[in-house]
Amino acid sequence: MPNEKKQCQHLAPMCAALEKNEHYQKAKAYAEKVLALGNDSLEKTIAIAVTLCLVCAVLVSFAAVALKPLQITNKELDMKKNILDVAGLLEAGGNIEAAFNDRIEAKIVDLATGEYVESIDANGYDQRKAAKDPAQSVVIPKDKDIAHIRIKAKYAKVYLVKDAGAIKSIILPINGYGLWSTLYGFLSLDPDGQTVQSINFYDQAETPGLGGEVVNPNWRALWKGKKVYAESDVPSMEKGLIAEADMGEPALSLIKGVVDNSKPGSQYQVDGLAGASLTSNGVSNLIRYWMSKEGFSTYLSKVRIVKGGVS
Amino acid sequence: MSAVLNSETKKVLVDPLVSNNPITLQVLGICSALAVTSQMSTSLIMALALTLVTAFSSAAISAIRNHIPSSIRIIVQMTIIASLVIVVDQILKAFAFEISKQLSVFVGLIITNCIVMGRAEGYAMKNPPLESFMDGIGNGLGYSLILVTVAFFREIFGSGKLLGMEIFPLVKDGGWYDPNGLMLLPPSAFFIIGLIIWGVREWKPEQSEKVEYKILPIAHGEGGHH
Repeated sequence: MPNEKKQCQHLAPMCAALEKNEHYQKAKAYAEKVLALGNDSLEKTIAIAVTLCLVCAVLVSFAAVALKPLQITNKELDMKKNILDVAGLLEAGGNIEAAFNDRIEAKIVDLATGEYVESIDANGYDQRKAAKDPAQSVVIPKDKDIAHIRIKAKYAKVYLVKDAGAIKSIILPINGYGLWSTLYGFLSLDPDGQTVQSINFYDQAETPGLGGEVVNPNWRALWKGKKVYAESDVPSMEKGLIAEADMGEPALSLIKGVVDNSKPGSQYQVDGLAGASLTSNGVSNLIRYWMSKEGFSTYLSKVRIVKGGVS
Repeated sequence: MSAVLNSETKKVLVDPLVSNNPITLQVLGICSALAVTSQMSTSLIMALALTLVTAFSSAAISAIRNHIPSSIRIIVQMTIIASLVIVVDQILKAFAFEISKQLSVFVGLIITNCIVMGRAEGYAMKNPPLESFMDGIGNGLGYSLILVTVAFFREIFGSGKLLGMEIFPLVKDGGWYDPNGLMLLPPSAFFIIGLIIWGVREWKPEQSEKVEYKILPIAHGEGGHH
């Protein structure tokens, strides 16, 4: 074979050693024997199948392993970009890594108690992976599973945006089933745990142009300033309620059509997506689920800062 | 170059562009042509990925064609194609993350794209590696041509943009163009591909299929319900 000879010139010492190796000689003799066989003989069929599988497996594994570090960096960078985006801190052309490290702090929250868990390293924790691990997740009872996610992680990874030590936004991970896919996203709230700053879905496969409009910046802008919990239920200093009191049930939902902002109650309503009732219902459900006691309401009642009072 | 581009190589490279186009004449690879053509950028990457996979899989299959046992012929082709597709998918995830997110499963589905299989079975099994490689490039380019044409119309009329740059200012941003929402949905690609096939067959009438049977006019008294 001419190719083999050419390579041998470059790697002469190695090839010479290889030529002397008896296993190599045996393999070479066997390969020549098999190649000379008829194409339909059983031996050749098996030998070709095995060789092909080995070559392909090596090729695929090499690509997967060699490119893995780059892919992980891409994924992390993309996640950081999404978090900066929902926090309103994403600048075009800015350094994502630096902005993220500067302004945002990841924290682990125990969903059942609403307390921070300091024993887990927040930067290394992956909530989506944890949700798939039976040891780190809980099955949601059917009657409570309004977001149709079946399983949730025991601990959630939330992000806090801080400015000179004070919390500026609380960013909560949310997910729930739409029409075709589970939507994964973030909801960012003011420090009062009640006013929406922004929403962002980073992983979804809804119909492009219809349900897929959940990523449309114009629709996302409608969320700003909306209230999650019914105002009368939310404890505040003026009403003489203590800060850690129950948040009440979430009131925010998507409606059919366009919200009339002059009407009372419009602060709890967001325009539904045109032509995508099921995706809109899915978004309403996942907000209702994650803002309830099953989700973050206990946590929010503990970290929220009541206007005009102490936390 | 002239030695490399002999008449056969040239033929396999140029023919699939119009006169033997995999989409318009062979009507292969329609499903991805519907799915990824709502934007130019995704279709360009998809076209590039498919062209590379077709070319390299054809070359690899052709190189070992004399030793492929006929009983496992299709499996051997699929294994080679699938491996190449996975490699392409991994490369996209590493170097074009945003686009690989938009293409999602469709890169993986190149494995089942009829063009790749069709060229492997129909050409590479009978021809030497270089011609097979060129045939893969040619068919990939033929696919690309249709994909990009469809994406051009869908993006410009569906969202008033080309490659993400604004061409028609939209009404909602204070412009004059009211985008056609149908263009963003897969069925619109059917209409556009249909129109392209019609146009090509008017231009090159030899591409029209022969009429296999004629529908006779209903004889008097036979039709209708009783």
